[in-house]
Formats: sequence, structure tokens, C-alpha cells
Amino acid sequence: MAVSTKYELKLGQATREAFGRALVEIGRENKDVVVCDADLSKSTMVHYFAKEFPDRFFSCGIAEANMVAVGAGLASSGKIPFVASFSAFVLNKGFEQLRVTVAYPNTNVKVVGTHSGISIGEDGPSQMSIEDLALACSLPGFVVLSPADEVAMGAFVRLAASHVGPVFIRAGRPKVPVVYSKDQKFEIGKAIQLLDGKDVTLMAHGLMVAESIRAAEMLDADGISARVIDMPTIKPLDEAAITKAASETGAIVVSEEHLVDGGLGVRVAQVVSRTRPCVMEYVGLENTYAESGSPEALLQKYGLTAAKVAEAARRALRRK
Amino acid sequence: MSTTDLNQLQQFCKLIRRHIVEMITEAKSGHPGGSLSAVEILAVLYKEVMRHDPKNPHWPDRDRFILGKGHACPVLYAIMAECGYTPVSELKTLRQLGSIYQGHPDRRFIPALEASTGSLGQGLSIGLGMALAARLDHRPSRVYVMLGDGEIQEGQIWEAAMFAAFHKVDNIVAIVDYNKIQLDGWVKDIMELEPLAEKWRAFGWHTLELDGHDLEAIRSAFAEAAATKGRPTCLIAHTIKGKGVSFMENNPKFHGTAPTREELALALKELA
Repeated sequence: MAVSTKYELKLGQATREAFGRALVEIGRENKDVVVCDADLSKSTMVHYFAKEFPDRFFSCGIAEANMVAVGAGLASSGKIPFVASFSAFVLNKGFEQLRVTVAYPNTNVKVVGTHSGISIGEDGPSQMSIEDLALACSLPGFVVLSPADEVAMGAFVRLAASHVGPVFIRAGRPKVPVVYSKDQKFEIGKAIQLLDGKDVTLMAHGLMVAESIRAAEMLDADGISARVIDMPTIKPLDEAAITKAASETGAIVVSEEHLVDGGLGVRVAQVVSRTRPCVMEYVGLENTYAESGSPEALLQKYGLTAAKVAEAARRALRRK
Repeated sequence: MSTTDLNQLQQFCKLIRRHIVEMITEAKSGHPGGSLSAVEILAVLYKEVMRHDPKNPHWPDRDRFILGKGHACPVLYAIMAECGYTPVSELKTLRQLGSIYQGHPDRRFIPALEASTGSLGQGLSIGLGMALAARLDHRPSRVYVMLGDGEIQEGQIWEAAMFAAFHKVDNIVAIVDYNKIQLDGWVKDIMELEPLAEKWRAFGWHTLELDGHDLEAIRSAFAEAAATKGRPTCLIAHTIKGKGVSFMENNPKFHGTAPTREELALALKELA
């Protein structure tokens, strides 16, 4: 069976939980950090912040368009607003405001979308966010982040607060495996190599990072050496890490809990096609919405599993 | 207001109107009607009401003005230029490549602008964020947002209206430039707003109606807004689209059409 790696992948916090807790910490350190909420504080976990800093917490009601632009006004007057909702709502209902009041004038707004992907589960497609990265990456000047676990989320919330300019952070609903040790260092725009390998590279973000590690273990059992790279920064991309992976392994599989259209995969392909063309495969949602079900059942049905990542790697290797 | 002050302000308004028609004629495109309807309100704000310093445009304690109806930027550009923020000599570069006077207000080109607007319905929300920031920092700043009548058909305006009253934001004033005409024709034929004052009152705003070309009435409305505590104020300014140029007044054509050279000559004669 699978060889063991240094990754135990024990179940940790949901990334939304880690976001909520980190926000309180940076709120204590910087009084300019403020929060805007659209009646989802108990789900996005900004209620921790609301409890400790009621004066710096603005309840906007279920009105995302106004919320985003209020955030832009707060940022224009020197505040560091974290504007949070489900990804599906803040990106889609607030998109025009993200475009005109945040991206275009480059206001220092931090947008946090929780319940991303299909792993929100039973609530179904109206609440699921499968196009948020495509939308966020289309906004010039935005930094777009999708941390894999609680450690990465804690670090990236802090990095987002100190970065000057608009940021989108993608968080998820379910508890996810812990990938990183507490002392891991993160940087905006830097990929992190989790396992080295020479035959194929498995790239991922969010909860597909742990699945890619598991896939590497499966491939290793078949004598295939897979490199695993976490891409927590979707934009700007770590082009050096991508080019290096393309030239050293000659095959890349990109896995994500997002539509393949407009996701990390096509962004990586854009780099590879320019710098070092190689075989590529994609694991993600293929031109479809999902449905209600348990997160596990949905990830299984829509192919977001280690087995599917391994399968894609084998496909890539056959074409190499 | 003394007679001299009043007279000076009237002359200033004429000067601004001349700039507006000249700029737009030169650009061969733009929005004269909604620029001319807003002249008196902006003149009173910039000349008398707002705490601002053109030499220190990012003074944290300044009052802020946001033109929600960004297409009326010629009036804002002319007034900011005459106040010393930007060069008067470049007003006629409006809408040309490289001009700081972009087709809609753009902070990348004029950092003294408080917001980049043009996509209708967003200025009030931005202004509310600024008003809240001032309150958090215990600053005296007040925020003035001018809205078009057509603009307030946007749903976001009413999200913002609810938000402002709920959060008791009393350092913001929304001014509706109620000139009754939007791009496709008369507001009442496109999407009626009436009963407008009742709408704002129902949303929790202290609401006044006034003649938006009466300098004394504008001045006293802003004084009443400043004295209103615990809730936001909305000024519904009844205005005339194209005000000051006879053939543009109440003429939907001049919502978004530039005057010809001949029309400009006629307009300047009336504004002499």
C-alpha cells in the first residue's frame, strides 16, 4: 500500500474557523482593522471579532453590494476592512462593487469568502461557490489566496492585513486535514513544495492539497515519483515554481475545488505554455453545478478525491 | 448671506457654467444637462459649507464630496479647478487621452477626488464607509454625496439608505439632484420615483425638499443637515436639467449630447 510520508494529515479546524480566530488576533494588534458582515457572522466566524470589538464591527444586513462599497469607503479613510460573507454571495452579488470601488481605485479592502467550493454540502448549488477564483482573478491588482489548512489560513490573514491593496481570501466550511507545522513560513506569491518527485507534479490549493499528498502516496506505491506543490496564492502566480516543475517533471496535474474553467489550472497552463510547455491534466468541476449531499459524498461524486488525482497523473504520464 | 456674497456666488456659478459648456463642446461628448443642474449645490458646498484645503487635499479632518452621478463630472472638475485643486487651463482637455479630466471621475488621475464613480448607485455606500471611519476616529469630517434622480433607481442606494439610518450616521448628507430627466427621457416615464420624500423618510432619513438653484435655500438646508443629530439627512433638490442655457433646459437631448460650436456661442452669450 501507500508509503508513509511526513504528513499525518490529521483533521484540523475549518479554514473559516482559523480565519475568524486570526482576525481577532490582528484586531488586537491593529485598531484600524474593521469588519463588515452581511448576516453570516456565525458562519463566516467573524462573530469572534464582533464580540471583542463591537465598535469596529459593522452589520450590513443581507446587502452585499452596499457592504463591499462601505468597505471601500472605510479603506479610503485609512481603515483595513475585512468584508466577509459566503464566497458565492460576496463575489457574485458584490462583483460590480469589487470592480468599481475596490479593484479600479485600488482600495485596501480584504474580501473573505467562506463556504467556497462544493464542500458546503447539503445547502446545494445556490450557496456553493465554484467560480469565485475566476471572478477574483479577473480583477486587476487583486491578490487571490486559497489557503489549505488552519495554519496557512492564520498566516495568510495576517499577510493580507499587512499587504497594501485588495485581497480575496477563499475559505471553506468543513474541517480539513492539517498539512503544515506551526512554524511554516508563508509568503504571498510563493508556492510551497510539500513533496519532491521527478515523474509528475501535483499542484493544488485548498482542500485538494491534502488529497494531492494522498495521491502522491498512491502513485509512490506504483513506483511513480510525484512532486506535490501547494499554490496558496492563485494570483500573482509563482511562475518560477511552475516553470521549474514543468521542466523537471514534464507533467503537471492541477486539482481544485472550483470550475476547471477560470481556475488555477488554466492559469498554470498559461504560464507553462509560455515558459516550458508540458503535459497537463485538470481535476475540478467540469462545466457543471453540483447538488445537495454530504461534503464527502459530493467530493466523491464530482471527482475531487486523491484517487482521481492519481488517475489524472497516470493519464498525464501516458501522454508524456 | 450678504448681497455681495450672493452676487459673487452667482457670478461664480456663471463661470462654472461657461466652463461646463466649453469643456463638453471641445470634448465633442459628455453630459451637459446634469452638470448644469448641479452647479449651485456644488458651488455652495465648495465655497461655503465644506472644510477643505486644496493645498492639502488629503487632510484627514476634511469634509468629503462624492459625485455619485459621475457622468456630471464637468461641474465637479470646473469647481475643483477654480478652487485650486487642478489646472483651469487643462479643463478643455476633458475626455482626451492623457487628460486628468477623465470621462468619469477617476482617482488615479486626480488623487484629490474622493471616489472613482461612473457606475451608478455606489457613491452613497462609499460615503457611508468614510463617515463611519470619521466617527471611529473622532474626526469632525462630514460627507456629502450627490445622487442623480435616475441613479436612485439602483437597488444599492436603498441598501445604503437602510444602512445609514440603522447605524445613525449623522455626518452624511445625500443630495438628490432631482432634475426629472434621465438618459431615455423623463424620470416619470422611465421609472417613477414619487413619492420620493416619503421614501427617504420611511428609510429613516431627515428629509428636506428645496429649490436646488436657490443659493440661500441651499445654504440653509446644509445648515439644517449639520444640526441634525442621530440620523442622516437627505436633501431633495428640485432642479432644472440644463439650467442656465435656455435651449438645454428641460431638454432630454442634452442629457448626454455635446453642444455644437454654434450652440456653444449661443450658450456663452446667455451665460455672459
